[in-house]
Amino acid sequence: MGTIVFFIFAILAIAAAWGVVTSRNIVHSAFYLALSFSGVAVLYVLMNADFLAAVQLLVYTGAVSIMVVFAVMLTLRGEVSDSNPENRKWGWGAFISVLLFAVIALVVLTNPDWRILPSAWTSGGSAEDMSLLLLSQFMIPFEAAAVLLTVALAGAVILAKGVKENK
Amino acid sequence: MNLGNLSVGLSTYLLVGAMLFCLGLYGVFAKRNIIAILMSLELMLNAVNINFVAFNRFLWNQKIDIHYILTGNVAALFVIVVAAAEIAVGLALVITIYRNRQSTNVDEFNWLKW
Repeated sequence: MGTIVFFIFAILAIAAAWGVVTSRNIVHSAFYLALSFSGVAVLYVLMNADFLAAVQLLVYTGAVSIMVVFAVMLTLRGEVSDSNPENRKWGWGAFISVLLFAVIALVVLTNPDWRILPSAWTSGGSAEDMSLLLLSQFMIPFEAAAVLLTVALAGAVILAKGVKENK
Repeated sequence: MNLGNLSVGLSTYLLVGAMLFCLGLYGVFAKRNIIAILMSLELMLNAVNINFVAFNRFLWNQKIDIHYILTGNVAALFVIVVAAAEIAVGLALVITIYRNRQSTNVDEFNWLKW
């Protein structure tokens, strides 16, 4: 059962990612991006990371994709069906990407240390379990992340709004 | 039905992550629209998250201290936070550049070149 679900959603995520990078219409790319994020969220559920799956759906599918769609709508010019073209050197990009994938696949498939099946999982992945870690061992990074989000939000507003000249 | 009882091994998850990462890398190299490049970046960060969670799920055993058992998930959570901050600032930059240049084509963003 888990295997079937895994392959359905892994193929969905990869196919949607393929759609993101090959679609000629950038609005379609943005929606494929949301689909890919949702597929990955299901993979998190399969790996017992329930809280992360919820965060993935909320932050990536809910917020990031919608912000990308907004940015697309605000900056669209000309014909939408040709809004996402490749540059002249896309062949090199494809070559390097395929090469990198081949190397990673070779390493992953020939390393016997990583050829392991899951053992039974007894230690949750819920918000409660993660908050125990976040508020004890990872206290400082957690606070730093909060500061980072605040600064990024203020910076984004200032950048997008523009600073008025002070006379 | 318990979806968590999967029989797919670690290497399959790593291959899925590698596939997503390489598609994102291709997008970063090949795309002209700066928003498409940002989307590809998000794909790459997402692929890294899959690897974090997969290693956390498969490389654990009962002997690990219970307080550290979800460290990979926490790392993935921080990556998500940084990705959200990055896309917010990135898109604000895109909108500012568009306002000044009426373009989102990275080939035209060369005015730092002398």
